Amino acid sequence: MTEQIVPLVDERPRGLFGDAWHALRRRVLFWVAVSIIFLVVLMALFPGLFASGDPNLAQLSRSRGAPSAEAWFGYDNQGYDIYTRVVHGARASIVVGLLSTVGVVLVGATIGMFAGFYGGWLDAVVSRIADVFVGVPFVLGAIVILTTLNAGGDAGTVRIVAQVVLSLSVLSWPVAMRIMRSTAIAAKQQDYVKAARALGASSSRIITKHMLPNCVAPVLVYSTIALGAFIGAEATLSYLGIGLRQPVVSWGVMINSAKDYLRVAPHALLFPAGFLTATVLAFVMLGDAVREALDPKLR
Amino acid sequence: MGRYVLRRLLQMVPVFLGTTFLIYVMVWAVPGDPFEGKCGDRDCPESYVSAMRERFNLDDPLLVQYAKYLGNLVRGDFGLTSSGLQVADRIAATFPVTLKLALVALAVEAVIGITAGVVSGLRNRGFLDSLVLVSTLFLISIPVFVTGYVVQLVFGLQLGWISPTVTSPTIGNLIVPGFVLASLSMAYVARLSRASISENRRADYVRTALAKGLPPRRVVGVHLLRNSLIPVITFLGTDLGAFLGGAIVTEGIFNVPGVGGLVFRSILTKDGAMVTGVVTVLVLVYLLMTLLVDLLYAVLDPRIRYD
Repeated sequence: MTEQIVPLVDERPRGLFGDAWHALRRRVLFWVAVSIIFLVVLMALFPGLFASGDPNLAQLSRSRGAPSAEAWFGYDNQGYDIYTRVVHGARASIVVGLLSTVGVVLVGATIGMFAGFYGGWLDAVVSRIADVFVGVPFVLGAIVILTTLNAGGDAGTVRIVAQVVLSLSVLSWPVAMRIMRSTAIAAKQQDYVKAARALGASSSRIITKHMLPNCVAPVLVYSTIALGAFIGAEATLSYLGIGLRQPVVSWGVMINSAKDYLRVAPHALLFPAGFLTATVLAFVMLGDAVREALDPKLR
Repeated sequence: MGRYVLRRLLQMVPVFLGTTFLIYVMVWAVPGDPFEGKCGDRDCPESYVSAMRERFNLDDPLLVQYAKYLGNLVRGDFGLTSSGLQVADRIAATFPVTLKLALVALAVEAVIGITAGVVSGLRNRGFLDSLVLVSTLFLISIPVFVTGYVVQLVFGLQLGWISPTVTSPTIGNLIVPGFVLASLSMAYVARLSRASISENRRADYVRTALAKGLPPRRVVGVHLLRNSLIPVITFLGTDLGAFLGGAIVTEGIFNVPGVGGLVFRSILTKDGAMVTGVVTVLVLVYLLMTLLVDLLYAVLDPRIRYD
C-alpha cells in the first residue's frame, strides 16, 4: 500500500501562491490577459519597435485623413499620425497606472496593517481620516487637486505625470487601507499569531514575518484591478483637460483632442479608446483570474 | 434604533467637517491671486480686490475663514459667487436635474443589473452565465466617457435614433445618459447579485421552502432574493451619492444642465464659493445615503438589530 501512495506525495506541499499558480496555469483568460499586458508593456518600453515615425510630427495638409495603407489609423485634426501616437501613448498610461498603484498599495497597506494590528485610538483616527477622503467624490476631488497643482503654469513631462499620480493616490489610498485593515484584524486572532507572540516574537517580527505573507493576497487582487482602473481614471482626467496634457502623449490626451471633431473624424477617437479599453480589460481580467485562483472558496 | 441613528449622526459630524475643510483648503488656499482675470485683460482695481477679500474673509487666518463659512452655512447661507449670484439659487436650479439623472441611472442599474445577476446566478456555468460574465467584464473596462461618445456617435449621429444632446432634461431624454452613467455600476451589481444568489441558492432555507411545496417562483422571488439582495442594496445606496458627484463626464458629453457642469466650470474659473457649496451638498447626500443603507439592513434582515 505504501508503495502506491509514495509517488503521489513526492511533490513538496504547495503554499497558497503555489496553489494559485497551479490553478492559473490552466486558465485561458489568464494567458490572454498576460499576453495583452506583455504587448502593451513592450509598447511602453520600446515604441520604436512598433512605429518608426515621430509622434509629434504634425502636418496640417493631411489633417483628419481617413485610415489608409500608409497610415493604418488615419490622421487626427492636427495631422498627427494616430497609429504612431497610440503606440507612444502607451508609456504615459502604463507609468501613471503603475506608479499610482505602487503608491496606493504601499501607503494604504502599511497604514491598514498598523491600524488593524494595533487597533485602539490609532485605528479610530486612521479610519476617520479615511472616511474623510472617501467622502470626497472621486472625479470632483481629482479635478480640485489638479487645478490647484496646475496653477503653477507650464510644467514639464515629469511634473505633469507626478501631479496625476499624486492626485490619484491621495484619493484612492483609503480603499487599500480598508482592505488591509480588515484582513489584518482577521489574521490577528489566528492561532499562529498567538503562538508567535507566546514564543516572544516582537511586534515588528510578527507583522513582517507572520502577518504580511498571510495578508497580502486580497491587496494583491485589488492592486491588479486598480491598475486597470487607474489607467482609465488617468484617461478620464486627461479627457477633461486637467490630467495629462501636451507635451505628454497619452490615450486620454488623444481622446480629448479628438472629441470636438467626432462628427467628421470619429476614427481619431475610436482608435485610442479601443487601445485604452483593451488595456484596462486585460488588467481587470488578470485581477479576476488571480482572485479566483487565490480564493479557495471560488475554486 | 433611535439611539443608533443619533450616534451615527454624531459620528458623521467629524467626517463632514473634515471633508468640507479639505475642499475649502484646496479651493481657497491655492497659491496665486483668486481674482486674476476677473476683470478682463486689465488688472482688477484695488477697490474691487479689497471688497472681494472682505466679502470672502480672505484676510483672516484660514481656520477663522472656514469657521465663518461654516457659520453662514448652518444658517442656510451658501454665500455669493464672485460674480454676485446666490450660490444656493444656482444649486437649486441644477441639482434637481442631476438628481433626476442619478435616479434614472439607479433604476437602470438596479433593474438590468439584478435581473442579469439573478438569471446567471440561478444557472451556474451555462451559456447565459458566461454571457453575463463576459459582458460585465467589458462594461467594467470601458471608461464612461468612451461609452458616452460611442453611444452618441452610433445612436445619435449615425443612426439618428436619439438626440445627441439633451435639450430639456425630462425623464425620457435622460434615459440614454442614465444608461451611460450606470454602465459601469450595472456590471458590478450584476456580478454582486450573481455571486450572492449562487452562494445562497444551496442554503437550508431554500431547500426547506422547496420541500414544503412552494412554487419555485415564490422561492426565488421572496426567499432567495430578499436574503441575497443585502450586499446589492449597500452598493446601490452608496452609488446614488457617487452618481451625483460623478456625473461630470456624462453631463459634459450629453450637455445636461446639471450640477456636474456647474461645478466643473466653477473649478476652472476658480469660483471657490460655488465649488465648496456644491461639494458640501454632495458630501451631505453621501453621508445620509450610507446611514439610510445601514437602516435598510435591519428592514431586509431581521437578524440585524441596532440598539
